[in-house]
Amino acid sequence: MNKTYEKYYVPAQSPWPIVGAVALFLIAVGAGNFVNEVTKQQPGFGGYMLTAGFAVLILMLFGWFKNIIDESMSGIYSDQMDRSFRYGMSWFIMSEVMFFMAFFGALFYGRVIALNWLSGGSNNAMTFELLWPEFEAMWPLLKTPGGTETQAMPAFGLPLINTAILVISSVTLHFAHVALEQSKRGTLKLMMFVTIVLGITFLSLQVYEYIHAYTDLGLTLASGFYGSTFFLLTGFHGMHVTLGTIILIFVFLRILKGHFTPEKHFAFRAGAWYWHFVDVVWLCLYVFVYVL
Amino acid sequence: MSAVVTDHEHEHHDHRPSGIKRWLYTTNHKDIGTMYLVFALIMFFIGGSMAMVIRAELFQPGLQFVEPNFFNQMTTVHGLIMVFGAVMPAFTGLANWMIPIMIGAPDMALPRMNNWSFWILPFAFLILLGSLFMPGGGPNFGWTFYAPLSTKFSGDSTALFVFSVHIMGISSIMGAINVIVTIFNMRAPGMTWMKMPMFVWTWLITAFLLIMVMPVLAGAVTMVLTDKYFATSFFDAAGGGDPVLFQHIFWFFGHPEVYIMILPAFGIVSSIVPTFARKRLFGYSSMVYATASIGLLSFLVWAHHMFTTGMPVFAELFFMYCTMLISVPTGVKVFNWVATMWRGAMTFEVPMMFALAFVVLFTIGGFSGLMLAITPADFQYHDTYFVVAHFHYVLVTGAVFSIIAAAYYWLPKWTGYMYDEKLGQWHFWCSLISVNLLFFPMHFVGLAGMPRRIPDYALQFADFNALISVGGFLFGASQLIFVWVLVKCARGGQKATARVWEGAEGLEWEIPSPAPYHTFDTPPEIK
Repeated sequence: MNKTYEKYYVPAQSPWPIVGAVALFLIAVGAGNFVNEVTKQQPGFGGYMLTAGFAVLILMLFGWFKNIIDESMSGIYSDQMDRSFRYGMSWFIMSEVMFFMAFFGALFYGRVIALNWLSGGSNNAMTFELLWPEFEAMWPLLKTPGGTETQAMPAFGLPLINTAILVISSVTLHFAHVALEQSKRGTLKLMMFVTIVLGITFLSLQVYEYIHAYTDLGLTLASGFYGSTFFLLTGFHGMHVTLGTIILIFVFLRILKGHFTPEKHFAFRAGAWYWHFVDVVWLCLYVFVYVL
Repeated sequence: MSAVVTDHEHEHHDHRPSGIKRWLYTTNHKDIGTMYLVFALIMFFIGGSMAMVIRAELFQPGLQFVEPNFFNQMTTVHGLIMVFGAVMPAFTGLANWMIPIMIGAPDMALPRMNNWSFWILPFAFLILLGSLFMPGGGPNFGWTFYAPLSTKFSGDSTALFVFSVHIMGISSIMGAINVIVTIFNMRAPGMTWMKMPMFVWTWLITAFLLIMVMPVLAGAVTMVLTDKYFATSFFDAAGGGDPVLFQHIFWFFGHPEVYIMILPAFGIVSSIVPTFARKRLFGYSSMVYATASIGLLSFLVWAHHMFTTGMPVFAELFFMYCTMLISVPTGVKVFNWVATMWRGAMTFEVPMMFALAFVVLFTIGGFSGLMLAITPADFQYHDTYFVVAHFHYVLVTGAVFSIIAAAYYWLPKWTGYMYDEKLGQWHFWCSLISVNLLFFPMHFVGLAGMPRRIPDYALQFADFNALISVGGFLFGASQLIFVWVLVKCARGGQKATARVWEGAEGLEWEIPSPAPYHTFDTPPEIK
């Protein structure tokens, strides 16, 4: 431990963090105004600011990652540094788990407690009588207390196919990892390619499913607690799959350039962890949002 | 490999960049720590001036200075700024400065991300403060932004509030990841877990809590956003949701959050008391276990904020007993501090005075918390000034006093000069007297039924409120002495020695004062 410790690399100054902070500022102000403008259909600068924010963020990501990849390729990262990255990524994924927990928690609370109480459960007989006496608790919530109606998204069919796609993509990504560690670059490239294609297929089918929900089933963000949890959970999951796919595409490009060795491949590992995490979230989601 | 490494290492050692770029581009944990601390101080005064507006309005019954809507914005933004802009960044600044030195590391584990975490904050608060000047005003639903206040009855600034909380959360999570990774991966050889200073231990648990709950806050504000703007029904009973669900999600974040604001304070007091008692900390390992149990229990008590908002009796009892259970590890800590002082050779410099005041006054806040934990009693106390008195005792005379104590304690190490002891004592005694004048009578008006967050009150509370306001203005003015001490100390004074305090132990006292720009490039020997 002593030996690796002495080589811990403390980078010199870097302009990218402040660029990143400006990007987040533009995104926050832009989004804050954009949301008001869109919902009230007013013209405004919010959309432009939001776009500019994302542009700066992308610039920052390119600059920062280029910097890090250059450092990594010149071999200044010690084992201890690699451990810092890996610990950092694991705790980041932990925070993502907690983000999804908030939405799963809302789903469980709504299904087990809120709907039960609205239909007179526990000691809420009078609430039920006085507010919405004809309300019936059910899941999926096809008719809200206020009277909004919707149809449920079936669990088997498209969502089942999507589940299979994501599970298979996790397996192919694992094969890619094994191939990387055994220096089988051909298999590695093939398996990475298959994983990315599966990821994009999943996303395309999700888009198709959303269109189906909005046009055929009448299932929208506005159709009560079922629609709220359905779209926020699958939506945030979809955003994470998108991000994961982008990460994997960049890892794939680096593989094509000959980066990564069987011993050192943090970027690959981080992308793979992220992908497996997103996969596990989907499995929970499939069970609790679609099936049960 | 070796050639590249050595070239690079020699290039940046002891090379301190100058000008504005030093601060904008820095990767140095000491620079970033300083920026966090200065930022927290500025925010403390901005949030404090909002408290002055509140106290001016409440000096007399009736409405005199501000509109009720503006009063609501003041209570909201005062709370948000003090929690997210003053106390948390101050602790993060102390962590940045001290943790790498205390564990013998060359810097934080992820120095560039460290800088990003800091620079997000000024922008986030610029947005929050800027929203006050929007048509319709800033957020006015209380720092707890309960639905439906924030979803159905809030202004256009709500979206800006949501996104500024989002980026504050990103900053906190990255800061916490950095602290955890640093402590896990950067300890000098021989710095085993049970040799770590208490401040490092308490921050490790704090960082864990931050990573577990800040994302839940992000989830809560996201649901508020979609409920308000995109017609979802998380918190709307007509759509099958429940406003009480908001409180569950918010307080699942909110309760660990209050421990995030007090655990590092425990660490600070556990560093200061042994130094000035010239004894080792009594019961080190029990302190570690007590901190860990407070951290774990903090996830099981959130609904004690919601006793009056609708829960089955068994849930109320569960949360009542879990809450009371927390007083056990907290009691262990207070006992250990007192036992550390027992038969010690004590001296009473300013850091010790603030630490002693912390032990006494935080315990008062702890006891009023115990009263609030009793479900049937809470039905009476809920949303009265008793609650305000309780959390200001734990946050002002608790968290803020510990931060001030830490500033006095480590200031000679940061600047290389001793602070002005006489001015510091003035600061202490003025703060101590005024803070009690400010918050102690709140217990009485609260028990008598004065509701919080209301710009007007019944006539029988007038005398006490005038007294409270006077205490408030005096406490605010006393903090100007603190700024005077800080500026004076930064500009010069009596040279500090490396050890600074006679009884001080720990790696931070082995390096010269002021601490060199880079410390522990090669790890120190830990005995």
